[in-house]
Amino acid sequence: MFVNDLLGLPTEFITTTPLIHMLTNQSVAEEIVKKFGDDVFDFEEPFGMLTFTTTREQIIPLLEYLKSHPQFNINFLTDITAIHYPDALGQEFCVVYHTHSFINNFRIRIKVYLPDADVHIPTAVGLWASANWMERETFDLFGIIFDGHPNLKRILNMEEMDYHPMRKEYPLEDPTRQDKIDALFGR
Amino acid sequence: MTETSVAPQNNADLAKGDQVQYVNELTTLNLGPTHPATHGIFQNILTMDGEKIVAGEQTVGYIHRAFEKIAERRPFYQITTLTDRMNYCSSPINNFGWHMTVEKLLSIEVPKRAQYIRVILMELARIADHIICNGILGVDTGAFTGFLYVYEKREEIYEIYEEICGARLTTNMGRVGGMERDLNSTAINKINEFLKSFPPVLKEFERLFNRNRIFMDRTIGVGGISAERAMSYGFTGPNLRAAGVDYDVRVMSPYSSYEDFEFDIPVGQHGDTYDRFMVRNEEMWQSLRIIEQAMKNLPEGPYYADAPEFYLPPKQEVYRNMEALIYHFKIVMGEIDAPIGEVYHAVEGGNGELGFYLISDGGRTPYRLHFRRPCFIYYQAYPEMCVGSTISDAIVTMSSLNVIAGELDA
Repeated sequence: MFVNDLLGLPTEFITTTPLIHMLTNQSVAEEIVKKFGDDVFDFEEPFGMLTFTTTREQIIPLLEYLKSHPQFNINFLTDITAIHYPDALGQEFCVVYHTHSFINNFRIRIKVYLPDADVHIPTAVGLWASANWMERETFDLFGIIFDGHPNLKRILNMEEMDYHPMRKEYPLEDPTRQDKIDALFGR
Repeated sequence: MTETSVAPQNNADLAKGDQVQYVNELTTLNLGPTHPATHGIFQNILTMDGEKIVAGEQTVGYIHRAFEKIAERRPFYQITTLTDRMNYCSSPINNFGWHMTVEKLLSIEVPKRAQYIRVILMELARIADHIICNGILGVDTGAFTGFLYVYEKREEIYEIYEEICGARLTTNMGRVGGMERDLNSTAINKINEFLKSFPPVLKEFERLFNRNRIFMDRTIGVGGISAERAMSYGFTGPNLRAAGVDYDVRVMSPYSSYEDFEFDIPVGQHGDTYDRFMVRNEEMWQSLRIIEQAMKNLPEGPYYADAPEFYLPPKQEVYRNMEALIYHFKIVMGEIDAPIGEVYHAVEGGNGELGFYLISDGGRTPYRLHFRRPCFIYYQAYPEMCVGSTISDAIVTMSSLNVIAGELDA
């Protein structure tokens, strides 16, 4: 439809050729591997979204590269959040970036794993202003420290709080309760 | 803010000086947390130079209810009630967005009829959301009449919700796999009646505002943001479209059969308050178009998917049918495990891209659930948008951004 409007063709001549060459997960992944080599790994596509892992040293150069790439144009930061895996030794925290290219309608999910002892990661505020509060929220809930952030303080919880509530070591209910143990339900 | 001020100590000092010294004294103004103009509980600490805003900082989190943490202990159906309480002006969109996320994880194919019913309800919710935002923007600029006209219609939308799920504001509507019940004849009549009676009211509302000199003076060029800054700040939804970027999740990644409908995406030019108002108004017309098409082409067939392990069976069945009783018990007690997976699903909420990032480790509850709340992300641009303007302009800017405290704080 769009192509026809541009060419002034009547709607009978519906062309299926898209104006922009569609990005595929395969082609984008190959290009990223060509540029970053061993620093990007664990490529997957859960439910169609290209997902991979990188290191904390490479995350900002990688985001910058995707943002300024003339063909990818991945210039919108959808979300930053974190996940806590207390049992994964040396990879306790996972910071997840969701990025989006409006032009190509293409999404990429990038993960960075951090050890519990050293939860530092560089900030993305220099690339997107929206990263400011997303990183503050992640700091507030998980305690991830974004180096270089202009104003890294709690946002949803009160300043006096001395722990990060979304970590798995803080259970929601009193763990000593006996009436809700799984064994009673055959689990 | 202890900025400057070499203010004269007392009147005697003033008298002593040969000439009156003008000093630049800054005041700090707390706009909120409970201020009628904020329409919710959040605070803006504004630094004022007289009537002008020099700097601003927001404090949010007053109604933070830790939804993401609570969701880690709850089976999927119990999370629907949490989504209600995020953007409570358009809860059905949140409910269906959550159900669609779960369906994506479970790979459930929802029948066409259920998808169309969802589209109808989501568009009604969008109209209700925009009515609130635009109506109150009118109130904030001193025009109360339009607000009263359109709010009557919002009441009718809530009556339609009541007919479908029994609730009005926090709807808890729908089920994983479809709807809890089909549209009954009363609901269909009410929707058709709404489709007939709303356009004249909206037209009248537009006649009250669109070319109203006072309203235009109060809103044109107020709280503007460029397309680049808006994208950098993560704007989505009507606020981004007002700045001139035609991004709409319904078109870019259609869900729930949105690709079947013909509708336009209105965009603005300057990203100011007037453009946001106009974009929302036009979106209401487009929503009406979508509802009309959906009602006309409403397919016959089942209104829920054949997924007995996840679709909560109707109550009558539970009393009469053994299997239904078993599944009812298993679902309510959270006995059924979800597959392992990681899903991001986004819907076009009233304020923009409402995303659900769900990580399942194979248990009965999410391992981690993150809500991408559009309000939270774009509200951080507020100081930049109101610095240099007066306090009355800052109020209409905030009003037109449609910041909903429930969504802001999760």
